[in-house]
Amino acid sequence: MKRHITATIDGEAREFLCDEDQTLLDALRDVLFKTGTKEGCGTGDCGACSVTVDGRLVCACLVLAAEVEGARVETVEGIAQEGELHPLQRRFLEQAALQCGICTPGFLVAAKSLLEKNPDPSEKEVRFWLAGNLCRCTGYDKIIRSVLDAAADLRGESG
Amino acid sequence: MSEEKKFRWVGTRPIRPDGIDKVTGRANYGADFALPDMLWGKVLRSPHAHARIQSIDLKRAKALAGVHAVMTAEDLPDLFAEAAKSNGGHDSSNDLAHNVMARGRVLYHGHAIAAVAATSSAIASQALELIDVEYEPLPHVLDIASAIASDATLIHEDRVTQGVEGIEGFEGAEPSNIANRVQLGHGDPAEGFDLADEVIEREFTTRPIHQGYIEPHACLAQTTPDGRVTLWSSSQGHFMVRDYTAKLLDIDLSLVKVIPAEIGGGFGGKTTVYLEPLAVVLSRKSGRSVKMVMSREEVFRASGPTLGTRIKLKLGATREGVFTGGEATLHYEGGAFGGSSVMAGCMTIFAPYAFPHVRSTGYDVMVNKPKGAAYRAPGAPMAAFALETVIDEMAERLEIDPVDLRLRNAAKEGTLASFGPRYRRVGCVETLEALRDHPHYSAPLGPHQGRGIAVGFWFNAGLQSSAGVNLNPDGTVTVLSGNPDIGGSRASLALMTAEEFGIEYERVEVVIADTQSIGFTDVTGGSRVTFATGMAVIEAAADVRRQLCERAAAVWEVDAERVVWEDGEARLKGESDRAPLTLAELAQNAGRTGGPISGRAALTARGVGMAFGAHICDVEVDPETGRVEVIRYTAVQDAGRAIHPSYVEGQMQGGAVQGIGWALNEEYVFDSDGKLENPGFLDYRIPVASDVPMIDTVIVEVPNPKHPYGVRGVGEVPIVAPIPAVVNAVYAATGVRFRDLPLSPPKVLVGLDGKSAA
Repeated sequence: MKRHITATIDGEAREFLCDEDQTLLDALRDVLFKTGTKEGCGTGDCGACSVTVDGRLVCACLVLAAEVEGARVETVEGIAQEGELHPLQRRFLEQAALQCGICTPGFLVAAKSLLEKNPDPSEKEVRFWLAGNLCRCTGYDKIIRSVLDAAADLRGESG
Repeated sequence: MSEEKKFRWVGTRPIRPDGIDKVTGRANYGADFALPDMLWGKVLRSPHAHARIQSIDLKRAKALAGVHAVMTAEDLPDLFAEAAKSNGGHDSSNDLAHNVMARGRVLYHGHAIAAVAATSSAIASQALELIDVEYEPLPHVLDIASAIASDATLIHEDRVTQGVEGIEGFEGAEPSNIANRVQLGHGDPAEGFDLADEVIEREFTTRPIHQGYIEPHACLAQTTPDGRVTLWSSSQGHFMVRDYTAKLLDIDLSLVKVIPAEIGGGFGGKTTVYLEPLAVVLSRKSGRSVKMVMSREEVFRASGPTLGTRIKLKLGATREGVFTGGEATLHYEGGAFGGSSVMAGCMTIFAPYAFPHVRSTGYDVMVNKPKGAAYRAPGAPMAAFALETVIDEMAERLEIDPVDLRLRNAAKEGTLASFGPRYRRVGCVETLEALRDHPHYSAPLGPHQGRGIAVGFWFNAGLQSSAGVNLNPDGTVTVLSGNPDIGGSRASLALMTAEEFGIEYERVEVVIADTQSIGFTDVTGGSRVTFATGMAVIEAAADVRRQLCERAAAVWEVDAERVVWEDGEARLKGESDRAPLTLAELAQNAGRTGGPISGRAALTARGVGMAFGAHICDVEVDPETGRVEVIRYTAVQDAGRAIHPSYVEGQMQGGAVQGIGWALNEEYVFDSDGKLENPGFLDYRIPVASDVPMIDTVIVEVPNPKHPYGVRGVGEVPIVAPIPAVVNAVYAATGVRFRDLPLSPPKVLVGLDGKSAA
């Protein structure tokens, strides 16, 4: 039996059918063809599938699609608004905070969620918040700097 | 000294051309493709480390509604058995064929034995459970000692050791689990040790680890009844995917088109095929397109690892700190088919220093573990672990500063390398000097803290590359490359193109072309893309520039020799009154001056620039828990020329952190039945953001004299030095020398207890 789900996904009202045991990640990728959200492990250990559900940061592989009925889901695809990149996206590009880029969607979603809760995080707070997101290419240095700089941008503290 | 070349674009840090797609989720990786008729393929894998396959019954799986195809090794042609038989059991294609699907026996926990294609991923998983396999478990060998024991179970009963002709102890060449033996060096180490005032001999061990790329292997296959194949695949080389898939399935190369997906990390682990031949067979059997994606567990169990090693190393030096001799015996596990990186281990182990007498002997050992694959500077980090920690001990014994001891022996132009050639201009000395002069090297340390340094070396690769440069009528330039962009190579190729033409970086677009749209190109590996494919792009751009000068000459009705290309325009030498013709003007009028303008280059890149890195690591060791925390880290590296410095730094930082993970945490844990117990990121712990500090970088530029811009490869060197740098730092903090990786808290605690008991 398929379930009929209505949800707001990246600001858009969407309806879709999913299996009862289908994860939100699989529904996003295979039903809605929103493949910007990536799968690295399927067990909640890598953070590549980070999305927010009603503002709460989750791994989409650990949430059932059926659970988002009526909810607001935000993915990496909704971060840029009307073609305008978010400061996080701009900083990631300027500072070469991605190499292969597969973890980038998860990092951006997780970092955006951090900055919404804590607009002025310390380096340590950024590192611990992002400890659930694995990156194998960068050694994290440029990611952490980008997040700290984007936080300053959002506070209006950088030129 | 050669004249310093002035650059406009090289050395700047613009945004990579594919950046926007990668921060907005638009970039398509291996698992992001879909077709309307698509089925999902899944693989059944061995639950045993070693077993004979008695029978495989597919009836129940085939009968499941939604299943469209089921396959076993019977569905793959058995093409290479004869070649292997006539070569002492060795044939790399035969090994690859038997690795993608087991034939007769399973050789490791996770070995593929059947595959299905069904209308959904869930049905495919269900079908796997309906495949009935009868196994006869066989004794297995899991480590070097038991694999090379005289009464060891043979993994391949017909395989004799290669490289042993005329060697004492190997006469008769009976089958064994040693696939290969290599030896190299010069002089006589025994004589070298006679000349020494101090000799240190130690033994080191490392465990299997995984490259740990975040993107699992994935592909989508489409086939036609007339034999054509299209594959969308994430790999380090779509020509590699084409060639291996075609070879295993006996298909003409021209009929296989591989479209490169963006690649979500590889580090050497995506330089072979696992799924693609199976997806093609399933597609042919079902008449539908088939998508296959590995789970993370499959990635750990069946792809990639670089396996365990055991290295015995002896170093001799005079009281003044001059190395007189070095000798090493290296055993590297190659997995169930051999093919370890022991050769590279032997070649790199003494490479950073001058030795009058040096020898390394390597053994490639087969064990019932997954077929090993390359991992970033394959074979070198374990070798550096051995040499660089013994040097640290030697420095202490001789009471010489560890940087000074290395500088006294560092390889330079003309040094006879331990692996054969004489070095051209290399930057080992400059790299060490930059490390010594960095404020980090002399910064104060606190209690329970220690500092270690180490040097890393890698050859870098040249290999074959093709490039195309097409001039568009509006004066923009499209560059075609055959290398998947794994870490910013579109940016480096675009920078070099902009430099060659003297045009804006933004006017260059770099496209990774499929196997039918660009000439053959070797894999993205060996730190070769910016070096070798860069060389092809520079050559193709020069071809276009020559044509542009000819077109300008035709317009001006002068000899082409009188036209020069400067700052993005054609100028007539010695005539200032003639207005130059810009790239855009010439491009716009190309149709009237001889037709479209495009350039090509295809080459085997020569003149690889060997590269050195030197790292400083500070650690703090918790005496209560044994936890080692890296508190400060600096990586110095000779890049030759950094085309895009941010991505060079990124390679250095990423390699350093991978090495830190290898040193402190990462290991495959097998139970006594040979089953991998930690096939997931929860239990196989790669470094996370809170585990590491910022990684400071210093790029040294000693230009490679054989590259137009001086480029050396940069991708691999950074993983070579971290292990010994960390281990030396732990010694400095604790007084305990650890020689078995990883330095996980329980092991460190045992070491600390041993010290306090002593």
